[in-house]
Amino acid sequence: MKMMTYSEGIREGMSIRMREDPNVILFGEDVGAFGGCFGVSMGMINEFGPERVRDTPISEGAIIGCAVGAAATGLRPIAELMFCDFLTVGMDQLVNQAAKMRYMFGGKISMPMVVRLPAGAGTGAAAQHSQSLEAWLTHVPGLKVVYPSCAEDALGLMLSAIDDDNPVMYFENKTLMGVKGEVNSFDPIPLGKGKICRKGEDLSIITYGRQVYDALEAAEKLAQDGVSAEVIDLRSLYPLDKALIGETVSKTHKAIIITEEVKRGGFGGELSAIIAEEFFDYLDAPVVRIGALDTPVPFAPNLEQYYMPNAQDILAGAKKIL
Amino acid sequence: MAISKEQMKDMYVKMRRIRDFESTAAKLFAEGKIPGFVHLYLGEEAIAPAVCECLRDDDFITSTHRGHGHIIAKGGDLNLMMAELFGRETGYCKGKGGSMHIADRDKGILGANGIVGAGHCIACGAGLSAKIRGTDQVCVCFFGDGSTNQGTFHESLNMASIWKLPIIFVCENNHYGISMSQDRHQAIKDVADRGAAYNIPGIAVDGNDPLAVYEAASEAVARARAGKGPTLLECKTYRQHGHFEGDPAIYKPKEEQAAWMEKDPMPRYAKFLVDNGVCTAEEVEAMDKQVAKEIDDAIAFADAQPIPSLESAVVDVYSDIVEEVRDR
Repeated sequence: MKMMTYSEGIREGMSIRMREDPNVILFGEDVGAFGGCFGVSMGMINEFGPERVRDTPISEGAIIGCAVGAAATGLRPIAELMFCDFLTVGMDQLVNQAAKMRYMFGGKISMPMVVRLPAGAGTGAAAQHSQSLEAWLTHVPGLKVVYPSCAEDALGLMLSAIDDDNPVMYFENKTLMGVKGEVNSFDPIPLGKGKICRKGEDLSIITYGRQVYDALEAAEKLAQDGVSAEVIDLRSLYPLDKALIGETVSKTHKAIIITEEVKRGGFGGELSAIIAEEFFDYLDAPVVRIGALDTPVPFAPNLEQYYMPNAQDILAGAKKIL
Repeated sequence: MAISKEQMKDMYVKMRRIRDFESTAAKLFAEGKIPGFVHLYLGEEAIAPAVCECLRDDDFITSTHRGHGHIIAKGGDLNLMMAELFGRETGYCKGKGGSMHIADRDKGILGANGIVGAGHCIACGAGLSAKIRGTDQVCVCFFGDGSTNQGTFHESLNMASIWKLPIIFVCENNHYGISMSQDRHQAIKDVADRGAAYNIPGIAVDGNDPLAVYEAASEAVARARAGKGPTLLECKTYRQHGHFEGDPAIYKPKEEQAAWMEKDPMPRYAKFLVDNGVCTAEEVEAMDKQVAKEIDDAIAFADAQPIPSLESAVVDVYSDIVEEVRDR
């Protein structure tokens, strides 16, 4: 067992594969000597050199496109977008190129690439540097999407993302970067496998990313009131562990979904719809869906706090259905 | 670089293959045999065969929505191409790509592309890949004048320049971005001028003269292979048809069209070959016949192929996920 921060987990995942395979490279804005905007790749340039830990110009289209071309011709690139908000600038390369090449070309081209996407609010970075855009990507056939919440998952999911022959969108939550956790395994975590973070009988809280911690906090409080809440960390949004969702809902008969994105058109809505379509008979109450305020992310710390969903929202939601 | 007679004839055969393939595609599209869109390379045949004459099998190309010419020039299989245009299961893309998305990884063809300006970035990736893997492969990025106003063009030339990537950016300046003429869509005459902004050579040549294209391209390829970085090569040409089949191109002045038809690369190059003793008129005729048969064979092949099974629709979205994508 080793204690590691979330960002060290990401770094270790990348480094393990880069040590084993010269075709794995990392590039993005300021990932080299600067160490990445959130320090995730700090020091990697010393171990792997500037060819394989490569600073790029501020050119998101070319960064993602370069990953596409590199993946199609024998490398296994990891491209970092400094903030997931910058997806907007490179979206064509992701949605029209990376996601579709295998299919459009009749399976003739493989696309083993990872795009790292630091996401989420809580850093005072306002509307263009704080979004949670995972639903944009889960909407696109051809992409896989993962979102680890702790160091061990960050490491294991990174290994699987690099090993995968499809484009994997790897969300990393900026507010979790310094969160320490036990790393008991250095093995890949299969994509599409969620986990139970806390066992419970009365209520399921289904989530991923930063909200796992909100869910655990709420579950602790609910326990004090004699309510046993189960917390599910999906870890992987596509492929999705529907079986685990079914298992927990069939046990507790009540589901709260909490995600950091705004609710409209969000991934939380997708989860809610899956439960309604496939597990309706298990439900004893309507699904509760919690997201952020339906606005851009505001700047002032009090407004940003107000914007973000939290454990209190879960408790309020639980009250409605218990 | 000196060009041999064999190479000159090889370029002619490829040009003729493209001309006939495209003329046939136009006819079949009009007859309703080909679904969707087709954007034809008619009039631009001198470029891709001359550029690809400088390439090895293991070199890469990226292409465009007007991609048939590039694919044929890089050695694409006519039968599989035609079957794909027909939407058949045994076509290049198993009937899932069509005219705008033909790729052949084994021949280094990284795909035609329906998004204007998308290939530039992909070419950077292929160039970076060659560099990291330590090969001396190069990548040719074909694109039109219209795409040079996309941000990706500028991002990619910059990236390729600072990293000295082995790329030849070949601008097929056919003077139109769909209906918008070059003098309306950009304030420069020579796209090649844009090379200066990225400190790379920018060269403009007569794109209807395969030998001029070959000469410039061979130098650019040699430069790229030697690790000296990218070149922007502009080949001035003309799109003889509309943007896609069915576009009557009413926006093109008749005099302009007529003047460019005088410069049609096909009769011009055939005459050059005979006048300069590269081959006889009979040999040209024999090459034409051989190509005509290839095209007939491609149509017959495509016609005989099965349409895709509905089962195949869920395959190749991912390398490993099939059943889940059946959900609707």
